[in-house]
Amino acid sequence: MALTRRNFLTTAAAGGAVLAAAAPSEARDNKTMPPKAVGLLYDSTLCVGCKACVRACREANDTQPEFNTADKLWDTPLDISGRTITVIKLYADGTADHKDQEKNGFAFIKKSCMHCVDPSCVSACPVTAMTKSPDTGIVSYDADACIGCRYCVAACPFSVPQFQYDTAFPRILKCQLCKHRQAEGKMPACAEVCPTGATLFGPVPALKAEADRRQALAPGETTTFARKTVGSPDVHEKKAAHYIRHIYGESEMGGTQMLLLAGVDFDKLGYPALRDRSYAATSETIQGALYDGLILPAVVLGGLVFAASKHVPQHHEEED
Amino acid sequence: MAQATPLGGPLVTRTTVIAGAFALIAAGLALYRFVYGLGAVTNLNNAYPWGLWIVWDVVIGTALGCGGFAMALVVYVMNKGEYHPLVRPALTASLFGYSLGGMSVLVDLGRYWNFWHLYVPGWANPTSVMFEVAACITAYCLVLWIEFMPVLAERFASASTRKMVNKTLFFFVALGVLLPTMHQSSLGSMLVVFGFHIHPLWQTELLPLLFLLSVLAMGYAIVIFEATLVTKAYRRPSEAHLVGALGFYMVPLIAAFLAIRWADIIAGRKIDLVFSSGGLSSLFWLENLLYVLPLFWLSSERRRANAKLQFMAACCLLLAGILYRLDAYIIAQQRPGWHYFPATGELLVTIGIVAFEVLAYIVFIKTLPILHSVRK
Repeated sequence: MALTRRNFLTTAAAGGAVLAAAAPSEARDNKTMPPKAVGLLYDSTLCVGCKACVRACREANDTQPEFNTADKLWDTPLDISGRTITVIKLYADGTADHKDQEKNGFAFIKKSCMHCVDPSCVSACPVTAMTKSPDTGIVSYDADACIGCRYCVAACPFSVPQFQYDTAFPRILKCQLCKHRQAEGKMPACAEVCPTGATLFGPVPALKAEADRRQALAPGETTTFARKTVGSPDVHEKKAAHYIRHIYGESEMGGTQMLLLAGVDFDKLGYPALRDRSYAATSETIQGALYDGLILPAVVLGGLVFAASKHVPQHHEEED
Repeated sequence: MAQATPLGGPLVTRTTVIAGAFALIAAGLALYRFVYGLGAVTNLNNAYPWGLWIVWDVVIGTALGCGGFAMALVVYVMNKGEYHPLVRPALTASLFGYSLGGMSVLVDLGRYWNFWHLYVPGWANPTSVMFEVAACITAYCLVLWIEFMPVLAERFASASTRKMVNKTLFFFVALGVLLPTMHQSSLGSMLVVFGFHIHPLWQTELLPLLFLLSVLAMGYAIVIFEATLVTKAYRRPSEAHLVGALGFYMVPLIAAFLAIRWADIIAGRKIDLVFSSGGLSSLFWLENLLYVLPLFWLSSERRRANAKLQFMAACCLLLAGILYRLDAYIIAQQRPGWHYFPATGELLVTIGIVAFEVLAYIVFIKTLPILHSVRK
């Protein structure tokens, strides 16, 4: 086909239409905190590593112990997994003499779902098996919807959703903030049993205010710490540790409903440095620009049908 | 223009028997996976939840199946009728590439019995790139079979049915160009949400465009690759003159891919990573070399006409596209403390699927009017 005037005009018109359709789409912003968002505040400097939370989580969510020693006498999950929703891990450096100290020190750290404000898993899931409550913001998993594609597993910036590779009928395992207990008026099991209040349950604004208060404490200053939930009468007195000036989860990925405080840099504790714009927002901006209202595909299809309707019969009649 | 005719000849040959044997082994292993879980056959873990079956069989397999897409674009959209003899073999290969890619997804899905949720409003999630890929690949598999109808109609149907099939074909040809444009770019978009889990030399918001450009180059390359092999294997006259001219269309695609990739690296201030990322830097340079060599060979008419250089250019482009996808989906993933290398069983399933593809391709070209007839 020589480039005739008509061909050129058709192509140029189609190209222009495509660009016009693509132009008006807007960037998708980070989602915002739901009105009744609840979450956890984990304070590494209060945690004594007793793992009562790990045990309580097993009971509340009916998961089985994991054995990693030869005698099989210890429930020793090495990390969250297809069998374990939360773990307490230990950071240690050099002689590991001092708690909450980066050099020659040690620190405990909890790992479980962050309940992101703008979760990648919810954006990624092709069948709405991952959902975020518009009310409490709890990120839930519905096995009955799930096809087991594991996009959530790969996409989560915190590597939280865990797939079960050892069974013919696998599910994804992740913390759902004991929503079944909350429905009965109870709090998440991990917060309920924590003896030092290292894991606190509560509305996110209250957790944030408490985190701000602790950030402002002078190291060594004696203060009170609540157990179970913010504002509970069950308190204990303790000298404040030296906090890193960082509330992890306040802005990472557009914010999370689990907030963390620590005396050691978070990247040492397995919590990576992350930007504020959620990856879900970036991904959905691209998808939106290409597919909103299916306008762009429809325009392209129109051009292709036009070209094919002229050219396909030519080649096929020649054969008949 | 030459008619297409069945190649004929025996179906039971050493090649088909060996291919069949590998396919049977794969079927047995797939069965084992359904009884004992994915971990019984694969080395997948929660840091590398996608392995060979997704990255080779689906991401790379469908890219290798883009010959039909690329040829439809040249012949029916740009109206280059002289390439028509290459359409049917390309379409046949696409048909198997995609259909088997779809099948391996079912083996890989953990909760495969729910897969139909993908197509039901209420479950289907339009913000999910995976949803776009899944819906679009399913639709394209159907379109490929419809595009293939004329072949079956010529062999089995009456004249009136043939006419009807040919009359409506243009619409499916148009869809057959649109759908791969959509899902092959989405296979790039799919990685955007992974964010920092992917090394910055591969992670970019331009992934959809880069995947689309590279898949078109792979599409033309696979046509050249197949035409060369079929010519050799069945001692048919050389198609080098026809195939070589296709290289003309690859030059701007490769050039655009390289220009956009480098522009993104420079604009994103990632240039130091090109040298400082150890093994990943080497892989990055290898990818670039595999694109630059064919760009050089195909950019002059004289070199393009050389059958040997054509074939080498096609091989380089296929390797480049394969490596780019392997890197982006597995090797350039940043998952400290974890690693993944496919298990033997996993490899055997993939080999079995490829073997089945080869087997079916041979059976089809021998029994159906796919290759254009050779005047003796």
